[in-house]
Amino acid sequence: MLSLILVFAAIAAFALGGLPSCIISPRTSAGRVLAAVFSLAGGLLGLAGLAVFAFGSSLGEAFTLAQGGPASLDLAWVLPWGSFSVALDPLSAVFLAPVFAIPALGSLYGLGYRSDREDRGVRRLLDPFYGILAASMALVLIARDGVLFLIAWEVMAMAAFFAATSEDEGDEVRRAGWVYLIATHIGTLCLFAMFSLWNAETGSFALLPSQGILASGGILFVLAVAGFGFKAGLMPLHVWLPAAHANAPSQVSGVMSGVMLKLGIYGIIRVCSLMPIAPAWWGTTLLVAGAVTGIAGIAFAIGQSDIKRMLAYSSIENIGIIAMGMGLALLGRTNERWDWILLGLGAALFHVWNHALFKSLLFFASGGVVHAAETRDMDALGGIARRAPALAGLFLVASLAICALPPLNGFAGEWLLYLGLFRTLDIGGVGGGIISAPVAAVAAVALALIGSLAVAAFVRLYGAVFLGSPRSGQAEMVHEPRAAMLIPMAILAAACLALGVFPRIALIPIEAAVRSWAPTIPAGASIANIASLWWTAPLGTVLAAIALTMALLTRSFRRRARGAAATRAASTAAPGAISGAPGTWDCGYARPTPRMQYTGSSFGASIVHMLAFVLWPRGGREKAKGFFPASWRHEASVPDAILDRAIMPVVEWGGSYLPRIRVFQRGQTHMYVLYVLIITIALLVFSWMGA
Amino acid sequence: MIDTVVHLLLLLLLPPLLLGVINKTKALFAGRVGAPFLQSYYDLWKLFRKGMVFSSATTWIFRAGPLVTFAAVLMAGLLVPLGPFDAPVAFAGDLILFAYLFGLARFFTTAAALDTGSAFEGMGAAREVTFSCLSEPALFFGFLVLAKQYGSLSLTGMLHGPAGGMPASVVAPIVLVAIGLFIVMLAETCRIPVDDPNTHLELTMIHEVMVLDHSGPLLGTVLYSASIRLFVLGSVLLHLVAPFQFGDPLLDWLAFVAELLALSVAIGVIESIMARLRMRRVPYLLTGALLLCGSGFILLVR
Repeated sequence: MLSLILVFAAIAAFALGGLPSCIISPRTSAGRVLAAVFSLAGGLLGLAGLAVFAFGSSLGEAFTLAQGGPASLDLAWVLPWGSFSVALDPLSAVFLAPVFAIPALGSLYGLGYRSDREDRGVRRLLDPFYGILAASMALVLIARDGVLFLIAWEVMAMAAFFAATSEDEGDEVRRAGWVYLIATHIGTLCLFAMFSLWNAETGSFALLPSQGILASGGILFVLAVAGFGFKAGLMPLHVWLPAAHANAPSQVSGVMSGVMLKLGIYGIIRVCSLMPIAPAWWGTTLLVAGAVTGIAGIAFAIGQSDIKRMLAYSSIENIGIIAMGMGLALLGRTNERWDWILLGLGAALFHVWNHALFKSLLFFASGGVVHAAETRDMDALGGIARRAPALAGLFLVASLAICALPPLNGFAGEWLLYLGLFRTLDIGGVGGGIISAPVAAVAAVALALIGSLAVAAFVRLYGAVFLGSPRSGQAEMVHEPRAAMLIPMAILAAACLALGVFPRIALIPIEAAVRSWAPTIPAGASIANIASLWWTAPLGTVLAAIALTMALLTRSFRRRARGAAATRAASTAAPGAISGAPGTWDCGYARPTPRMQYTGSSFGASIVHMLAFVLWPRGGREKAKGFFPASWRHEASVPDAILDRAIMPVVEWGGSYLPRIRVFQRGQTHMYVLYVLIITIALLVFSWMGA
Repeated sequence: MIDTVVHLLLLLLLPPLLLGVINKTKALFAGRVGAPFLQSYYDLWKLFRKGMVFSSATTWIFRAGPLVTFAAVLMAGLLVPLGPFDAPVAFAGDLILFAYLFGLARFFTTAAALDTGSAFEGMGAAREVTFSCLSEPALFFGFLVLAKQYGSLSLTGMLHGPAGGMPASVVAPIVLVAIGLFIVMLAETCRIPVDDPNTHLELTMIHEVMVLDHSGPLLGTVLYSASIRLFVLGSVLLHLVAPFQFGDPLLDWLAFVAELLALSVAIGVIESIMARLRMRRVPYLLTGALLLCGSGFILLVR
């Protein structure tokens, strides 16, 4: 019970902390400091609640529910349907951890993000809704009633809308906001349908495991995947995601991408856990959808030149990886293969944590760049590693982690998923079960493709933004961010490293969550038994040791070399100037300029060309005409295949006809009352006819 | 214990010799005497005694690139069983670590190349990451076939195979995978027909152009890592094309070294009789490798 009380305290702190910002004069920084303090307090309270839940009630409380069992609460409320019932179980706890940690760090980061002067209008919108966003996400995760869930879900969606569009002076921001608003409501409509159907089938809105087999289980699953898929960003339901993430303030992008998308994942996992059976096509659907989302997401990421848009597409890719894990777990449930469930869902939940850590770090760090350079175009940047080495180092850690490279946390998570997918090969004749699924192992190849594309995407991003020489004056404006921004990032980076080297810390709560999802897993089976992770710590140590030994070796050789001192002195002269001595040896070309560097677009061009059948890039390979072509202009972009190529043309086509029915919309209240009356009478007549 | 020591010694000392053998073979084909077998060792020794020059555009990433690459490739070398002997490090799932260590190496090599701010090095880096998007799935298809066939998820178990040799029914998938992995090896080690290590034209290079700005000990590290990479991938391939064992440790080690040198000669022959593919054709070759490995998998699970 104590754990729930702490969680409620955290929710209250998040929800109320931003309100003073609306009241206190924006000329002082008191409001934003207060908001950050409340957020941090909320985060700490919430994490404390989770700790109490995890480690049992050693604080002398009467209830011993915390020992693995759910801490729950049922209150009467005024609404005619549903009830105010909340509970904390291991699955909720695993998702709650990032919900408490990331927004708290984000609010600290937000303190340094803008100066007071830039801030005035934005804060009044940003602070309260940022807090409400965090609070409502926590409420979604503990809700055990369909109606309460939907209320919290809608509050979350609206708070995210206001927080993301708080810098609403730009046209692009408002457009992104509209697309988000429409997409999220289509998703919510699916959820309305799903929960109504759930109510019709089980007789209540309570989110408790169904005892009997549901007649419309398949429809419920499809509605859940569609409704929650809009939030999570499964392709092709991702349409709102890139623009909304790109245009939101960076701490909001970090929270939306790192945490809010995962609530869609939570929804699917939770709904599946309520169903008594899982037909084979459920798992197959998620596995295929995950692979498609992953490959297409990262492929589109390579085509973007807007830093934050690129990161948003990479979030879509990571959602795909998580969906693959869920698909494997569902197949495991169909097939009664505990190892698939443990590895599939374990990997999915681990990746939920990992992605929360490194993606919010990436958004925070890119926020530091974007804010100082006043552009999100990576092709205008470059050379920032020399100006902001700490920022560059943190960004590098996150990039390596998101590419799932050892020895960071992304690798530990994806390793589990790989192992699970390889185990579908039924090695050593362990097979059996309802379906034989060596085909599922092909998903491992898809994951390998995603991995290599991710390396390409993040080398491209890192190289274009941080390495080389500045491509414009804007890149030279970038400086090391303030400590308030660097500290949260450093915490996130340290967590990435810690979970990579000691993944077993994370696997304890995650395994508890997997067990609560599939209670039939025998007690003897555990992730540690089928996937031993003993090698992570030695691996990190050995890698670091070899690299350091080699570094010392090259240094000691160099010291003995003649002229080394002179070389060092020369190399520190003229920093930043590519044409200074000694500049890069550009194959004999005497006067290279920073504009001649490979940009992000040129780096990605060959992959974009190779995947043109998926990406449909705009701007072809025009040829220059004549022997001495004068000025030349080349444009290339990769618009979103679904939103810009399919939905918008249809909407625009419809938009040219729809004004004709605008005669009904007169803006006069009595007309609207008349419409309501007419429709009510029509419905009455309709119901009489039916009776 | 003794096997582990021999493994480490071979891993550290033998790789440059392979480059020497390849170059000698190519020289013989061209009717030249060629550089001595040990030329690569001399080159490394020379480079390690030189000074280094760093472009003013570079940061510590540029220096870390070769070092991390070396660490990753060496670590991968510890996971691969040589000949009939077990690898020093083996656990279920180490094949994934093996593949991702090459990913780590690729990340740092290409990032170091971009750090120089040179268009040529950017070009090479872009090619490297593009081609690996095809070779890595091919590698995983190959791994799937081997894991399914030999019933193990560790490289040691997967490559050694069952004691009685492989049954005739699975020869076809293994042959397909062997061809596919051979192409992957040529691509990953930047040999003809994917890349020409001896080309003089920066525009057509992949690997060589990425390290243009490295000098002295760091360049030596780069060359050394490249030879270790050839050694490691070559010994993976040897398990498929020459799964012989004699039972006597000394004989087995000698046989392994001889096989590896024979593989180097084969690479040298290919380099002598083939031209490098046009850059736009390379993806077709790698797609071919992917399809070969994929067909092997389909044959196996049909």
